[in-house]
Amino acid sequence: MIEIKDLHKSYKMGSNSLHVLKGINFSVEEGELVAIMGSSGSGKSTLLNILGMLDELDEGTYTLDGVPIVNLNETKAANYRNKFLGFVFQSFNLINYKTAMENVALPLYYQRMPRKQREEKALKYLEQVGLKEWATHLPSELSGGQKQRVAIARAMAAEPKVLLADEPTGALDSTTSYEVMELIQKINDQGNTILIVTHEEDIAHMCKRIVHLKDGIILEDKKVKQVRAVTNVQ
Amino acid sequence: MRFIFDRNTWQEIFGSISKNKTRTIITVIGVLWGIFIYIALSGAAKGLDNGFDKVFKTVAINSMFVWGQSTSMPYDGYKTGRQMQLKLDDVETLKNRIPEVQYIAPRISQGQFGNEPVYTVRGQKSGSYTLNGDYPIYTKIATKKIFDGGRFINQEDIDQARKVIVIGERVEQELFDKGENPVGAYIRVGSIYFQVIGVTKLAEGVSFDSDSAMFIPFTTYRKLYNSGDNIGYMCIAAYDDADAVQVEKDIKALLRNIHRVDPKDERAFGSANLGEIFNRTMGFADGLTFMSLVVGIATILAGVIGIGNILLISVKERTKELGVRRALGATPGEVRNQIILESVFLTVIAGILGIILGAGVLALINTLTKDADFPYTNPTVPIPYVLGALVIMVVLGTLIGLIPAQRAVSIRPIEALREE
Repeated sequence: MIEIKDLHKSYKMGSNSLHVLKGINFSVEEGELVAIMGSSGSGKSTLLNILGMLDELDEGTYTLDGVPIVNLNETKAANYRNKFLGFVFQSFNLINYKTAMENVALPLYYQRMPRKQREEKALKYLEQVGLKEWATHLPSELSGGQKQRVAIARAMAAEPKVLLADEPTGALDSTTSYEVMELIQKINDQGNTILIVTHEEDIAHMCKRIVHLKDGIILEDKKVKQVRAVTNVQ
Repeated sequence: MRFIFDRNTWQEIFGSISKNKTRTIITVIGVLWGIFIYIALSGAAKGLDNGFDKVFKTVAINSMFVWGQSTSMPYDGYKTGRQMQLKLDDVETLKNRIPEVQYIAPRISQGQFGNEPVYTVRGQKSGSYTLNGDYPIYTKIATKKIFDGGRFINQEDIDQARKVIVIGERVEQELFDKGENPVGAYIRVGSIYFQVIGVTKLAEGVSFDSDSAMFIPFTTYRKLYNSGDNIGYMCIAAYDDADAVQVEKDIKALLRNIHRVDPKDERAFGSANLGEIFNRTMGFADGLTFMSLVVGIATILAGVIGIGNILLISVKERTKELGVRRALGATPGEVRNQIILESVFLTVIAGILGIILGAGVLALINTLTKDADFPYTNPTVPIPYVLGALVIMVVLGTLIGLIPAQRAVSIRPIEALREE
């Protein structure tokens, strides 16, 4: 599904150049649930941004579902993002004047899907994350966990090849974190490919594979036994 | 272009606009105010223009009066203070020598400028009125509306020196009973009986004659008063494209020449120039129209700049939202178009509301001033002006929308999404 070879990325800061990714070789099969771990500054977010086509690579190749991702201009990147990728952010990034359903329907709007169909599909995905009753509520009326579930529904609505989650539980307490992880595991069980950036060990162990990043190189890449997130509280 | 006609686009834009109510209202008020000022001002200017037009409708535009006074300088053996008397011959000379003159109506009158009005009797009723000796050409200079069934003096009245009379509306009211037909009746003017041939309606606006004036053929008048070739004053109409001030000067210079008056003697002949007053008034109205146009467009401009300003701020506020949209697959073009269309949509909505409001205020003013003695009629704004204003607004709205739109596009999604 994802194929990365010899990836380099550096940022120019005035006269200094900061070499963030120093030759990453990395591939993800369909249906995998991968955690990318590392301390801050290890390059994990940069890697995710490049995977998400929000940032450009300096050297190396990136192939997504057999499509080489090269020479991206903004319009092309936008179309690939819309077709291939779903994003989940740490701070949810819901649009605050749109209802839960409208938020979920937004990527479908950019796929030029008619409104009726859009809303049906959005409702379907809201139901999957257990928030159908909250469809008409604004994000400000939802709890953190609910917001993240809406964000996941939004990411899934476009039926992407890969779901990219940047610290999806970073702004949540452990109970809601587990709820969100349970949902992510459920989606993975349905065969979706998911990448999660996190620095929490327990979250990482709920994935099937952990990639450790340190100072721009992969330190360790191992399959782990998945810990099922069980919401034993409430 | 397909983008503009896509229903989904508009739903998205409408959503974004209607969900940010405060921003939308503040934005709309700016342009609404601008177009309102523009419509109200230019409509009012047009109303004033129409009002002036109506006032001057009854008289020839380039008309003037000339009369004799007394000299203030000795000349050619004559001493100073000589009384000037205009003669019928002067009329012919002026007509022949000054090509800009279209009509000259000589007139002699009793009861104007300080001399006694004429005592007039019909049966038990009587009154004192101004009496004018006129030529039919007079109506070419000052329109006379005659009530149904009557007429003004004609050439045969002149040729035969008939004892016929046209009376003013008030004269009719004072000498005749209500419902009585004055045409054909006889009234005694001084000691002579005249047959009434017409009643003049009082003209609206500028009028040379009051409604208590009476008009008889010039030839009859000169017999009655034994006035010979003397005339009281001349009503002169120059062609519409002539320079009224210059014609007035030429006429007076020629008269000084004929009557052997010092060419520098400004006081020998008096004159009143309606053309000059008319031009000045119309110039004033034109100036007002122009000014209202400038002020109106400037105000619209200010309003549109306000929209651009608020959109620019809102783009900054919405950086994150736009970043999310980009991450979800919005192309830079789609983001740009959305911002521009929001700008244009707001501008046009505000414009239309402003036009409606402006038209309402104009209608209100029109109703309030209907019966007032004020030169203000039918305040309208020509459709091309309104459409022009709308086009200007759409163009400006697009241009001003480009600035925030470009800004929105120039922010890379990764920067927009970065944690604060």
